[in-house]
Amino acid sequence: MNGVQDATDNLDLLWVYLQQEPLLWLTATLGAYAIGHYLHRAAGGSPLVNSVAVAIAVLVALLVVTGTGYATYFDGAQFVHFLLGPATVLLAVPLYRNFNRVRRLLVPMLAALFVGSITAVVSAVAVAAALGASPETLRSLAPKSATTPIAMGIAEGIGGLASLTATLVIITGIIGAMIVTPLLNLLRVTDWAARGFAVGVASHGIGAARAFQVNQLAGTFAGIAMALNALLTAILVPLLVGWI
Amino acid sequence: MVHAILALLVCQLLGEVIVRASGVPIPGPVLGTFFMLGALAALREVPEALNAVAGVLLSHLSLLFVPAGVGVMLHVARIRTEWLPLLAALFVSTALTIAVTALVFFWVMRRMGLHEPEQHS
Repeated sequence: MNGVQDATDNLDLLWVYLQQEPLLWLTATLGAYAIGHYLHRAAGGSPLVNSVAVAIAVLVALLVVTGTGYATYFDGAQFVHFLLGPATVLLAVPLYRNFNRVRRLLVPMLAALFVGSITAVVSAVAVAAALGASPETLRSLAPKSATTPIAMGIAEGIGGLASLTATLVIITGIIGAMIVTPLLNLLRVTDWAARGFAVGVASHGIGAARAFQVNQLAGTFAGIAMALNALLTAILVPLLVGWI
Repeated sequence: MVHAILALLVCQLLGEVIVRASGVPIPGPVLGTFFMLGALAALREVPEALNAVAGVLLSHLSLLFVPAGVGVMLHVARIRTEWLPLLAALFVSTALTIAVTALVFFWVMRRMGLHEPEQHS
């Protein structure tokens, strides 16, 4: 065996090692997000350069080029994914700090939640149906504004594809995070509670992440909206599904 | 710091266990948020360590959605054939939902006289 062959063998072994350990794709996930974060900053913090979208694009390109499957990727990335749970529990911290304000605004919150939640489900299904989407796609699309685990559960219950729903939920989150600031500026809604709550209903945790970047109070209301809308969507979608 | 992380995981665990045992359609961590809120109300303050953990995790909340988002690669075929209805539905519905929710919130708040002018900046 010559030296070149040895080196190739070693590289193969190295690749096998990297594919088996979570380290590589965990590092890649943080690296891709760091690139997204850097580009977001470089664009002057513009919401149109979304760090999640950039990170996903970088990672998908990397996985396709290296011929790596999603399951292998997720073995590493699951450690980041897991933190979604603790982060949700942590929403109690800003919620506690702003508790008096939240209690005072209970009625506007519930009114906005009810109207917003119905709008999210009905408008998505109506537009997609009008443009000829398949029934399976419509059922996967209906719960798209709820947070990922809930939306997947709802989709499964009504005959949608849970993993397609997960993707649509994330895209919904990214769209909301990108458009919320210019849209609400245009509508002249200046109140942080109203702004945060709106993006939380429409775009769950990714909307809340965007809201926390802008203002603590907006983030708090987005977190509450995410939790409440998860609950209401789980009730609404099975009721509305007869029309789909 | 250890206590803060322990408290966090215990709240989540309690939430997951109760949700699974009762079949309530909410995520375990969301229920865990209420346990944490109860604990903070009992303590009457946010411990410094918990505050630090919340600062780190909540300011990079969007990172945590990246692994699930990469799952888009599993649906390239469907997105290619149905991209127009999907993208149109997601864009229109998200924009409409944000607008309607914010306007209803703002309108009801003003009608009830709960508006806080000093917040406008």
